[in-house]
Amino acid sequence: MKTKFFRQISNIYIGMIFIYLYLPIFIVVVYSFNKSMAGTEWMGFTMDWYRKLFKDLNVIIAFKNSLTIAIVSTVISSIIGTIGAVGLYKYNFKGKNLVEGLLDITIVIPEVIMGIALLMYFSQMRFPLGIGTLVLSHTTFSIPFVFIVVKSRLAGFDSSIEDAAMDLGASRFKVFTSIILPLILPGILSGAMIAFVLSFDDVIINFFVSGPESTTLPIKIFSMLRFGLSPEINALCTLMLLITFGILIMVQFIKTMGTKKV
Amino acid sequence: MKKNPFKILILGITSVCFIFALSACSIQSKPTSDNSEKVVNLFTWANYVPDSVVNEFEKQTGIKVNYSNFSTNEEMLAKLQASRGSEYDVVICSDYIIEVMGKQKNILMQPIDKAKIPNYKNVDPQFLNQVYDKGNKYSMPYTLGSQMIVYNSEKVNFPIRGYKDLWNPALKNSLVLVDDPRIVLGMTLKKLGYSMNETDSKKLDQAKQDLLKLKPNVKVLDADTPHNSLINGDTTVGFMYGSQASAAVKANPKFKIVYPEEGMNAEEDNFIIPIKAPHKENAEKFINFMLDGKISNEATTANEYVNTNKAAKKYMSKEYLNNRAVFIPDSELKRAERFRDVGSATKTYDLIWSEFKQR
Amino acid sequence: MSSRSETPVVKNTVKRRIPNFEKSFFILPISGWMIFFMAVPILYIIFISFLQRGINGGIDVIFSLENYKRIFSPLYLRIFLDSVSIAFTTTLCTLFLGYPFAYLVAKIPKRFRILAVMLIIIPFWTNSLIRTYAWMILMSTGGLINNVLIKMGLISEPLKMLYTYGAVLVGMIYALFPFMVLPLYTSIEKIEGIFIDAAKDLGANPLKAFLTVTLPLTMPGIIAGCILVFIPSLGLFYICVLMGGSKVMLIGNLIKNQFLVSRDWPFGAAVSIIMMIAILVIIGISIKLLGKKIHLEVF
Repeated sequence: MKTKFFRQISNIYIGMIFIYLYLPIFIVVVYSFNKSMAGTEWMGFTMDWYRKLFKDLNVIIAFKNSLTIAIVSTVISSIIGTIGAVGLYKYNFKGKNLVEGLLDITIVIPEVIMGIALLMYFSQMRFPLGIGTLVLSHTTFSIPFVFIVVKSRLAGFDSSIEDAAMDLGASRFKVFTSIILPLILPGILSGAMIAFVLSFDDVIINFFVSGPESTTLPIKIFSMLRFGLSPEINALCTLMLLITFGILIMVQFIKTMGTKKV
Repeated sequence: MKKNPFKILILGITSVCFIFALSACSIQSKPTSDNSEKVVNLFTWANYVPDSVVNEFEKQTGIKVNYSNFSTNEEMLAKLQASRGSEYDVVICSDYIIEVMGKQKNILMQPIDKAKIPNYKNVDPQFLNQVYDKGNKYSMPYTLGSQMIVYNSEKVNFPIRGYKDLWNPALKNSLVLVDDPRIVLGMTLKKLGYSMNETDSKKLDQAKQDLLKLKPNVKVLDADTPHNSLINGDTTVGFMYGSQASAAVKANPKFKIVYPEEGMNAEEDNFIIPIKAPHKENAEKFINFMLDGKISNEATTANEYVNTNKAAKKYMSKEYLNNRAVFIPDSELKRAERFRDVGSATKTYDLIWSEFKQR
Repeated sequence: MSSRSETPVVKNTVKRRIPNFEKSFFILPISGWMIFFMAVPILYIIFISFLQRGINGGIDVIFSLENYKRIFSPLYLRIFLDSVSIAFTTTLCTLFLGYPFAYLVAKIPKRFRILAVMLIIIPFWTNSLIRTYAWMILMSTGGLINNVLIKMGLISEPLKMLYTYGAVLVGMIYALFPFMVLPLYTSIEKIEGIFIDAAKDLGANPLKAFLTVTLPLTMPGIIAGCILVFIPSLGLFYICVLMGGSKVMLIGNLIKNQFLVSRDWPFGAAVSIIMMIAILVIIGISIKLLGKKIHLEVF
């Protein structure tokens, strides 16, 4: 009938979009096993790149750095961005326009300028360049993204629920944790995922603000281009995908187990 | 009572952030200040110094190499300027940027003590005492790069001998060039018989008109992997660095290499030591190591650039000597022109490049 | 209710004492952070935009408006327009592709919903450069798609897909897709099914229910998604460089070139400032227009 047709169309649509999303991923994975180093010819199956990857300390350290920086900056920016979104949504205060302006500018500013400006800033303050400065910079550019997503989730929020809860004796803190927080949780998670992607993939700001002992993965990859992108990186990405999928499946499994018990 | 949860929360968050910031900074502040530390911070293109060479240095001297990367000379300069010449011990960069750095008010490089670098005598004299650093006060040559024409002889049915052939209308939408204003403009200027470092505005305008005529032929501009579009069949003729041309020919032996008859460009990459390098002695040891003949040959065989070390010649393989992309005869090198900074004409070059891209 | 009128004193004092402290808790972290880390860098950029490029690429402390005058020339205005047009097209395409997708995902049974959202974003945890190169492997003349189509006999000559405007668009939409879908999803997921059911009960057909209920309520998500796609796409020049053959100068490359090639930092700063102002104005106007129409506060 009409709804069955509609459901089929929607399934096809979702399927096609997922194909679009995963087509390059498929290529990345397949080519991690390709014997050829450059070019697109398939020259035979090999696990050499994986072996090379495990011996390549530079790439592994860069990867570890990127992951650490991404996780830490995502956590901090999610906290600050969420709290700020709630605050700027509910309250007015003297410098509100300034703060919102700064948030907007941070999103709009070209990365090259932000990188150079931050570097000079850290240099003037004698901050040693390293993982610390990278985390601080990434947090700075991620906060506005979390802010926007959470704020859009808050839009239309009915504050009478809050008032009712307080009338019934809940403290403001409890109101925040048991009413507001659960409501905006999908917003926080979306913002956090965006922040993670931004941080993990960043090249330009990383370049300026990192020190000699804190290379990140995107910089390493980007500068490998001059001499040819090694399929080692494909191997690395494939492994990352495997691990993430593995975690996802585990989580899903635990969830379904949990509901089954109940 | 009701205030407490908030207070605790704020205190908690701020102290976590504070502790974190402190610990992150303290992790970093130790390594970079100690000169007797067994570390050397290298800053250059990725894979430019091969892994095998790095490992050998580490084994021989026990000094760990922190290999940081940049993709262009100007990026390197921006970073060096903004950090005021500290952080890195050895930088490998190109000649024209060394010329720029040498002219600055606050020089970011420090003079290299040749007494500490005995292998300096191995460098081929034809690459020394160049205009960008007379007397080699600040720099010592590593390799030489040059650009050349590569084309698919199966798809192109007329002989290509020089830059002017790239303007042939038969090559519509089939060229790949390096995405660099100096290289592309330089090739146009050379075609017109002018210098690659031309500053005369009339001549530059002429070059601009000529360059705009080339645009319809250009399919791809690629700074890093121009050989890929040749190999994939998206383009049939390319103008690119020797190492890239070599990669193309290795992938398809039907590709032919041409040294443009109007004259080539040669770009020397050199070692320099930034003025506030944290580990100066280790930097000197590293440079001396790299100027050893055997090591030099190992490096250029891997990165496929032109070798500048006369002590390396006896180690060179037949394959290297026969590779036209990599072993360029002295006759060509002698008439090759070097890029130099064009001073205030840089704005004009930038404008021409922007217009070229907009066409 | 009755308790309110009986205990106004207690309620008022409670309201007066805590909010100040609580207000600071919510406002200080973000304000403090942004002012500390961004105010000074921004002032620095504004400062150097009024200076001049030194002969050897440094910065001469000579005040002039020349950089700003230079920007308002046909060449640079065209660059700006080209960039805005690509960004705008990308935003529209991601919106039209992403909205139905987000809507359908929001309807997936709760157990699998988070899984689906994670599946959307996982491809983006690999490096973007690798993904772009993967697209080039797919779309090049000797690439996978052409090989498959030729083998299947559907075409005789390879399609010239790469190094075209279409290729750039495919790459841009791909790179920014989650930035549109995630905010849309968070907005759509919030809508209670009961609103739509109520509308249907009142006689609206599905299309009308969508237009009058769902669309306005998800407008904050749409606006957030458009902003999160439009702005980064103005700076995402490397996709045009890789998949378009770098044949067009976009504002992102222009700025990068000023800092990293021509070493004209003052001019680069001036271009950036003009660009930032222009974008903020465009966004500000669009939000005010949309906001007025739908009566919702977003920013």
